[in-house]
Amino acid sequence: MANYSANQFKNGLKIMLDGDPCTMTDVEFVKPGKGQAFTRVKMRNLISGRTWEKTFKSNESAEGADVMDRDMEYLYCDGEWWHFMEPATFEQFAADKSAVGDAHQWLKEQDRSMITLWNGNPIAVTPPNFVELTVTETDPGVKGDTAQGGSKPATLSTGAVVRVPLFIEEGDVLKIDTRTGGYVSRA
Amino acid sequence: MKAQDWRPSASIENLRRRAQILAAIRDFFAARNVLEVETPTLSHRAVSDPFIDSIEAVYAPFPGGPVQPLYLQSSPEYAMKRLLAAGSGAIYQLGRAYRNGESGGRHNPEFTMLEWYRPDFDDAALMDEVEALVCGVLGLSSIRRVTYRALFQEQLGLDPLKAPLSQLKACARASLDVAMEDEDRDSWLNLLMSHLIEPALAGQGAVFVHEFPASQAALARLRPGEDGTPVAARFELFIQGMELANGYHELTDAAEQAHRLEADQSSRASLGLPQRPLEDRLVSALQQGLPDCAGVALGVDRLVMLALQTTSISDVIAFPFDRA
Repeated sequence: MANYSANQFKNGLKIMLDGDPCTMTDVEFVKPGKGQAFTRVKMRNLISGRTWEKTFKSNESAEGADVMDRDMEYLYCDGEWWHFMEPATFEQFAADKSAVGDAHQWLKEQDRSMITLWNGNPIAVTPPNFVELTVTETDPGVKGDTAQGGSKPATLSTGAVVRVPLFIEEGDVLKIDTRTGGYVSRA
Repeated sequence: MKAQDWRPSASIENLRRRAQILAAIRDFFAARNVLEVETPTLSHRAVSDPFIDSIEAVYAPFPGGPVQPLYLQSSPEYAMKRLLAAGSGAIYQLGRAYRNGESGGRHNPEFTMLEWYRPDFDDAALMDEVEALVCGVLGLSSIRRVTYRALFQEQLGLDPLKAPLSQLKACARASLDVAMEDEDRDSWLNLLMSHLIEPALAGQGAVFVHEFPASQAALARLRPGEDGTPVAARFELFIQGMELANGYHELTDAAEQAHRLEADQSSRASLGLPQRPLEDRLVSALQQGLPDCAGVALGVDRLVMLALQTTSISDVIAFPFDRA
């Protein structure tokens, strides 16, 4: 992989640090009027998820990481691995629990997710911002109470449990925001 | 090109406020009988400072003819000192300066700099004048002054002039993830200043930091500090943690000036930076005699940012670098 010098750093650049691929989430140029310039970077370790700030001198460099994001279709889970397919090439990839993380509760067969590959192996799974999932279990709906507050838990087809309004019934299809895990509306 | 790139990044209202501030600056100096001057932004000579990179331009006497490198000026300092040596008296310039690679939330490679020189002023008298201008624009009542040394002692509990290098490194590494292996004290002091002290100044309004370490004198003269340790007659103004102005009781010694230019050139060589023509005309001007004076450069875009309470330089310039 290419080496990048600190003055080429930018948001989204992936580099290797201590053996782990890391992404830059915020790059700030710190340049006093006189004297040495620095580049202060908010980093996220793509394996552990740890975020922290690191400072580079402007003449320092870092090795690029072979990391890419690809849109893939979710196929199935065999209990240990989550299987995805690149729709254009039919190439399949298997992601383990640590790569899938919390995303597992939003994965529905045939939905597209973004898979982050490092040296060709999945290390992270980012579901679409919104998914539509069917309610498999919830207390009976309360008719006529569409505007009032109040909520109840509902279990979705993927096993996720979300808070929903009282009028929701089993079999309803709901739109969920995967970033917050919150109910948005009936689909 | 994005569809909206033709638009200015600053609102028209912000540009109107900016114009009012520029007018107020000119009024301020007119009332004090300081002469407005304009000097070249395109020069045969380049700044010597190893940490400032000039933008190169090429001149050709006719298209396709032999080219000659020229340099967009990173500050009007050299040319303005030549005017002072020629007897201009008090002068100011409100114009563009250029610095390669400097692009970010508070930096644009092309920016507006206000620079002025006052014969018979020292750094303390010039701080008074900077205070009068800035307080007028920003509606402040006064600006606190603290020495570089006292500030480090207050914020980090170390003496920046006397502490061993190992203590500077330990202090930085205790709170920062920094890979730097550098044996230069000033690199570490600059790191502590920019990463720990400036953020701490963010909550303190406007602060003049003065009496810098002698090793960071740039073009300021040296004088003994409180306990006799030499310090630079240099000050910087920080407002909400942002560096706004840098001033000196100016060096007038031609031999010392020539020596500092050469020292910068050799440190450029050791850092693998381009060697560019030194401003020997400045040395000649100092030989002729620069009057005893103090000078300061102030970032006008940042002053407007503070007046408009924005943290992004693109809010106060019509077309920043990426839309220029």
